[in-house]
Amino acid sequence: MTYRQASYDEPLLFEIDSVETCTGDPLSSTKIPDKLKRKSLDIPNLPEREVMKHFVRLSQMNFSVDSGFYPLGSCTMKYNPKINEQIARDRRATCLHPMQDESTVQGSLQIMYELEEMLCVIGGVDAVTLQPAAGAHGEFTGLQIVRAFHEDRGEHRKEVIVPDTAHGTNPASAAMVGFDVIELPSKNGRIDCDALRSIVGDNTAALMLTNPNTLGMFEEDVLEVAKIVHDAGALLYYDGANFNAILGRTNPGKMDFDIVHFNLHKTFSTPHGGGGPGAGPVGVRKELEPYLPVPRIMKEDGRYRLSYDHPKSIGKVRAYYGNFGVLLRAYAYIKSNGGDGLCEVSTRAVANSNYLRNRLESVLELPFGGKRMHEFVLSGDKLKGKGIRTMDMAKRMLDYGVHAPTIYFPLIVGEAIMIEPTETESVQTLDGFVSVIESIINEPAETVRTAPHNTSVRRIDEVRAARDLIFNYKSLVEQRQREEGRKDLAGR
Amino acid sequence: MLPPKILEVLGISSSDELFDEIPEAARVKGLDLPCGLAESELIAEIDAILSKNKTMDDMPTFLGGGVYRHFIPALVNEVLSRSEFYTAYTPYQPEASQGMLQALFEYQSFMSELTGMDAVNSSMYDWSTALGEAALMCSRIRRGSTFLIARSVSPERKAVLKTYLRGIEAKVQEVNCDRGSGRLDINDLRSKLGEDVFGVYLENPNYFGVLEEEVDEISSSIGETPFVVGADPLSLAIVRPPSDYGADIVIGEGHHLGTGPNFGGPLLGVFGCRKEHIRKMPGRIIGSTVDAAGRMAFCMTLQTREQHIRRDKATSNICTNEALMAVAANAYLATLGRDKLITIANLNVEKAGNLSQRISKIAGFESPIFKASHFNEFVIRCPKPVDAVGRALIGHGVHGGIQLKEDFPEFGEAMLLAVSELHTEEDLKALVRGLEAIR
Repeated sequence: MTYRQASYDEPLLFEIDSVETCTGDPLSSTKIPDKLKRKSLDIPNLPEREVMKHFVRLSQMNFSVDSGFYPLGSCTMKYNPKINEQIARDRRATCLHPMQDESTVQGSLQIMYELEEMLCVIGGVDAVTLQPAAGAHGEFTGLQIVRAFHEDRGEHRKEVIVPDTAHGTNPASAAMVGFDVIELPSKNGRIDCDALRSIVGDNTAALMLTNPNTLGMFEEDVLEVAKIVHDAGALLYYDGANFNAILGRTNPGKMDFDIVHFNLHKTFSTPHGGGGPGAGPVGVRKELEPYLPVPRIMKEDGRYRLSYDHPKSIGKVRAYYGNFGVLLRAYAYIKSNGGDGLCEVSTRAVANSNYLRNRLESVLELPFGGKRMHEFVLSGDKLKGKGIRTMDMAKRMLDYGVHAPTIYFPLIVGEAIMIEPTETESVQTLDGFVSVIESIINEPAETVRTAPHNTSVRRIDEVRAARDLIFNYKSLVEQRQREEGRKDLAGR
Repeated sequence: MLPPKILEVLGISSSDELFDEIPEAARVKGLDLPCGLAESELIAEIDAILSKNKTMDDMPTFLGGGVYRHFIPALVNEVLSRSEFYTAYTPYQPEASQGMLQALFEYQSFMSELTGMDAVNSSMYDWSTALGEAALMCSRIRRGSTFLIARSVSPERKAVLKTYLRGIEAKVQEVNCDRGSGRLDINDLRSKLGEDVFGVYLENPNYFGVLEEEVDEISSSIGETPFVVGADPLSLAIVRPPSDYGADIVIGEGHHLGTGPNFGGPLLGVFGCRKEHIRKMPGRIIGSTVDAAGRMAFCMTLQTREQHIRRDKATSNICTNEALMAVAANAYLATLGRDKLITIANLNVEKAGNLSQRISKIAGFESPIFKASHFNEFVIRCPKPVDAVGRALIGHGVHGGIQLKEDFPEFGEAMLLAVSELHTEEDLKALVRGLEAIR
């Protein structure tokens, strides 16, 4: 094995020598009234050279899609085409204030309007809002629409049903909008229509579903599910986290969903930014359009404008219109792929996933039989006998220059390993990943249990972090002083 | 076309077989979208569209209200271009993601210093959703049905707050601001406080750019009720940290620390709180710890508050946040350093004061309408309908400020003007000339 991640004893910025920059303290010459004047500010003055070195070193201690294979299930870590970055960094995109007169932002409004139209086609929906900042924010928005829809009809339905395989954001979003969450147990990894019939009723506001589900299995009964939900007067919500599997093959509208959110930072290749920004546009069928957040983007006589006059709207879910920088990247991605290109995306994503699954199901266990779509979930249960847990296996993968898959999710699979290769990886990379897993299984258990060995730092004590609660440099210094004090006492 | 090796291993002849579990009735045949564009075509097409925009560089612009154009050191863009940062996911495997984690820990440290809060999370979507989340957090700290906010809060944020509070069926009540000073009316606050109030929100500087000088009196009136303060972190370089006057939660907007106005997104929601409330806080938080060899290391912590563990009992649904924006803010603050940051903040106060005075000398204009200390913004009153003033200015190649008439009719034909260190003498003159031409 030759992989080594960069490892520096890189100090915190606050530990780098601060320099004098001027004579006299600029804080003393401020025109803030005395009652509000700040007394001290403890921030270092650093030479630019030191700052750049610091950030380059930090970047080298960070695994990313551009560094290697990143099969993080449900996160769709595909390659982010560089042209999209170049386009999104254009001053004509970044240097606009959201309150500028509409006549001065026609270009940006056009991009958003056309992106909405393209997402309508892709999602099989009638109207889209681009405002939500993330997938979970899209869920929040969609569920606000569910609530407004029922209330508008004089109904106060209190329950949202989520399958036990659902992303954690589904129940969390439902609770945030004031719904009670009812968990639907799955059967052989899929929705159990009989179980659904037994819990759906007059109090059901919506069912949230992702299809394919988080096991990577297509819910074949989706049309039956839709009928059960609709017959009860409830709405069907599509969590678009797994949209990469179905582009151009089916769509939420065609599957009879009423509301859908898209994760532009998954399906449409906008980079994740180490945690964000993302974008989670929401699409709805015609009947629900009046409830979308304001403003809506309208086109009249070739001019674009923002429209606020929608009395049934749920209002605003964030300031302004959405994460435009992310929207523009997704726009560029859809434009460069075109309709055919996007169909190839899902085809290759599903093919890559099935290829890996075929090669790995004899190495580890694959719970639940049948086909898989863009991702699949293995169980590491059988390694427990060797004293290796999925967590250890994941950490050991890092030593080979591969990011670990999503682990311990979904909750219904023991020692779950959720793998999503995406369409942008070559057969060579997939084969390399299989070799990595085969090697790890044959390694001495001790090597795996004590992994990682080749990353910037060794296995991290997460329990200590949760106990010490050190969230900033100041607390860290105080902790060090306490520890020094204890050492001094012990030394006496 | 799939590689032959894949077809062979899967034992299929056509890719259609991969999708045969999709019921016939739910299938679609492709996407009705135009053909894909080559890179050069894409550049040309988007270039043509973007050229319809007029940027804040193209015309002197005086819009603010939470989104600003400030100087961006070249280093920040260089850091943001490191694809090791921007193509990573949330650091779920901390051993391989120390760079991002340390950068976010440093961001938290800077923001803790500026706000005075014990814990700052690693970002929310924007200031407005930070406000929504702060109000929900207050409801976890204290029972009640009413959330009090100053009238001098941005309409954008008020609207978002209303949406966020729908889930707990709480109501928002406004506390008046003093018509002369633009500051919070403390008597009105006292009259509205009570058993059913579970939180109070005040911005400092407020939406009108006015500094709330009576924060100590306000804080003592509020007493034990959770107190949320919204602030521009840049102002906190020279203004007392809200921890000083009893804030339990501090929120704000941080996009302008290192990135552009971005047409309103992405932004950076700042969110911090006192130690005793940490377990009720939303969002990702980075903690320091050690690795197996005892070296300094970082990881996400207190994840038991979060949706992927607690599901419907989580403190928030937030998953994807604005981490890269936090890295930008970190790089910005590190590059400027203490002295330049203070100097820039001072410059904003001075330029705003200077412009305000010049406008006060134009016949018919009242500037500033509030007799108070301001940060980087101030409100003027125009002798003509403010929308006509805005249009006339655009005719002169200048973009005026935010028009307040619709949201704050009590102030008449009012406009909120924002100034930053980037406004040149020429920019200020252009605005003054534009206003002088209005008669």
